[in-house]
Amino acid sequence: MKKLALRDEILLEVDKAARYIGGEVNAIVKEKSEVDIRVAFCFPDVYEIGMSNLGMMILYHMFNDREDTWCERVYSPWTDLDAIMRREGIPLFALESQDPVKDFDFLCITMGYEMCYTNVLQVLDLSGIPLHARDRGEEDPLVIGGGACAYNPEPMADFFDLFYIGEGETSYDALFDAWKENKKQGGTRRDFLLKAATIPGIYVPSFYDVSYHQDGTIASFRPNCPGIPSVIQKQVVTDIKKQYRSFEKPVVPFIKATQDRVTLEIQRGCIRGCRFCQAGMIYRPDRERDVDELKQSASAMLKNTGHEEISLSSLSSSDYSQLKELVYYLIDNFRDKAVNISLPSLRIDAFALDVMGKVQDVKKSSLTFAPEAGTQRMRDVINKGLTQEDILHGAGEAFRGGWNKVKLYFMLGLPTETEEDIRGIGRLAEEIAKCYYEIPKEKRNGKIQISVSTSFFVPKPFTPFQWAGMCSEQDFIGKAKICKDEIRSQLNQRSIRYSWHEPDVTVLEGFLARGDRRCGSVIEKAYRLGCLYDAWTESFRYDLWKQAFAEEGVSMDFYTLRERGEDEILPWDFIDAGVTREFLLREWHQAKKGLVTPNCRQKCSGCGARRYEGGVCFEASR
Amino acid sequence: MREGFALKLRVRFTKNGSMKFIGHLDTMRYFQKAIRRAELPAAFTAGFSPHMILSFAAPLGVGVTSQGEYFDLELAEDMDPQEFVRRLDAQMVDGFSVTAAKAIENRKSNAMSLVAAADYEVGFRPGYEPSFDWQSQIPAFLAQPEILITKTGKAGERQVDIRPWIYRMQIKAPRILFLRLASASANYTRPDQVMEAFFAMAGEKLSPHALLVNRLEVYARKPETAMQGEEETDREPEWISLLEAL
Repeated sequence: MKKLALRDEILLEVDKAARYIGGEVNAIVKEKSEVDIRVAFCFPDVYEIGMSNLGMMILYHMFNDREDTWCERVYSPWTDLDAIMRREGIPLFALESQDPVKDFDFLCITMGYEMCYTNVLQVLDLSGIPLHARDRGEEDPLVIGGGACAYNPEPMADFFDLFYIGEGETSYDALFDAWKENKKQGGTRRDFLLKAATIPGIYVPSFYDVSYHQDGTIASFRPNCPGIPSVIQKQVVTDIKKQYRSFEKPVVPFIKATQDRVTLEIQRGCIRGCRFCQAGMIYRPDRERDVDELKQSASAMLKNTGHEEISLSSLSSSDYSQLKELVYYLIDNFRDKAVNISLPSLRIDAFALDVMGKVQDVKKSSLTFAPEAGTQRMRDVINKGLTQEDILHGAGEAFRGGWNKVKLYFMLGLPTETEEDIRGIGRLAEEIAKCYYEIPKEKRNGKIQISVSTSFFVPKPFTPFQWAGMCSEQDFIGKAKICKDEIRSQLNQRSIRYSWHEPDVTVLEGFLARGDRRCGSVIEKAYRLGCLYDAWTESFRYDLWKQAFAEEGVSMDFYTLRERGEDEILPWDFIDAGVTREFLLREWHQAKKGLVTPNCRQKCSGCGARRYEGGVCFEASR
Repeated sequence: MREGFALKLRVRFTKNGSMKFIGHLDTMRYFQKAIRRAELPAAFTAGFSPHMILSFAAPLGVGVTSQGEYFDLELAEDMDPQEFVRRLDAQMVDGFSVTAAKAIENRKSNAMSLVAAADYEVGFRPGYEPSFDWQSQIPAFLAQPEILITKTGKAGERQVDIRPWIYRMQIKAPRILFLRLASASANYTRPDQVMEAFFAMAGEKLSPHALLVNRLEVYARKPETAMQGEEETDREPEWISLLEAL
């Protein structure tokens, strides 16, 4: 029987010991003497969250497909184990071998959201790896950052040896090969980094220098070493039908993960171009997977995991052109095997209602709409192509089909937002309620339940709103109050429930999202003060973050409130994310004028992603 | 959907090594997924969220290994129990093993309600061996007219006499104790409760996590003796393993 890194007494003491023992179905175990490269792949959050990440699962299998590589998983120890490990000096370990992370060649950390940054430091710290890349020696693992947050790596630049910008499928082989070659030739860590920096998509922060103007904005950002590229090109799988790294044996956790089901990625990217949405911009071009391959993949993954549910993953499933064929295939083939089919939020139309009626209990399920803004004017500004008519029509159809629960998602604090736009949220909810009560009483299914939920808008890099100023905490609270008052003044207000996110964590997210290299000291200070698991309401310590800002003398407002000038050098400008700066700027101007831009299937808007020579950009010519 | 059932099986499995850290509910989830991976013809309940008709005999505490765990499962198609064992065992991860299955003729037979007693092997985790001569104290412990422990339940704390529920307590090997304890829902007695009382009598404190507990078998009462169930007699009832109590 395998030896565990933690003693029985510890595992009996902590919550959910199964987070730390490995040994799950489909976990990959190799003989360590038979591999050349050992990779510890980390999602810096608790096991149940990390195990639900699709990108990590894809790369886990892809790395392990290499005979010379053994990739293992690492997650953040929960706070109970964190305290024990610190007290007893137990180093962080990988799940499969239970070996210390420090013994590995690479530590890859994927960052899907900014609020995991203190957990990244926790992982490094518990592993016994110096937090700063510059303090690491030849024996330390090379620490690679990736995921959506790598599109602005600057706030975390001090802590990583290198970043991988874009989709992992394309350049990792070259990176691992370069490492092996360097080792064979007796090269140093620096030799390898110099080589890595020339591989497409790889950014080595230490080879770049930043200087600043008096006003704090960036004066220059350039390589400090010959042969280092000045622009990093994001990596994309061009021909997703051929190059998709399909895996058929996802690891099956013993404890219930957040995604306790098969997740089937049906497409990458999005044709919509909502101006607030970072994913919709950085994952361009939109690429659809082959429907026959998806059917085969679904069967294999269900068989190999034994999961009782399958869910489709994409940014906008309704835009997947073969959706009907795929969904009816899943229903026809798996419903009689007692497999639940979980549909991502589809645009509510006849097809969606038919499918929902087949796979869910209408009485219990709810309709989801994400208008994002309360008025047509505001929706035009954000380029959200969903009209009030669409919503009322879809809702009306659904109400006649027996549904009586509606969820509505909005954002507050969008650029150019007025009080009217905020009040529009309550009014839209009221219209939906009215639409319900127009149905004759005997045909209704009791009372309607509408739940309105608002989040606060965070401007993100590589979106047309990357230049926008963000609201202050007080502004956000004021906006939520207006929204609440308007909802409470509606005729059917008793049918409407309103909830909103806390503004403090949003403001911090805004700081981290558009920060530069100088923000790293605040993150480190916050971590030293005890911040951890910031994405978790119960452990988020805004007071400690505020203290960290004060002690480091960094102004949060400079990064959040300020609208950026159009000629300002932004911290992430050295990345070529596919969408050009010209396109984003054009969209920023269109937004201010309240003009919409057609989606990729209607008309090409020349965003720049066509260079990747794949996906929706070439559909018409096929 | 496979509704209605053709066959009910009682399945025996073992749980060893690091799988002892998988809790009861997660063990159930693990088997549900394993049964699907093995593509066994499980019967499902009707409705929008169908589930297997699966019932476990006796929950096993976290940290305890077992050589005799049981669950009942309804199948929608007839199949050879040996074939079932072979296919399900092929889906096990290191630490779990499916060792036997038998068809249950009496549809009403239910593993959970049959459970009456269980055997355990109790040892000490290295570094936690007691410093006193505990082995010689067993006769004195068992000779007590009553052994009171405090149980905490929904209704608060209450004193319970567990002496009638310790059917056997004997030295099995050097530093290894054998226990046969009552395990029905009304008199369920855990090895650590017994050991804690034992240490208390000797004036010693049992440190948490000191025990290494291994469940060996779970029993039902032999049918002809079942009727006298609640009477207190000095004679130990007769037992049969759950796999024989069909």
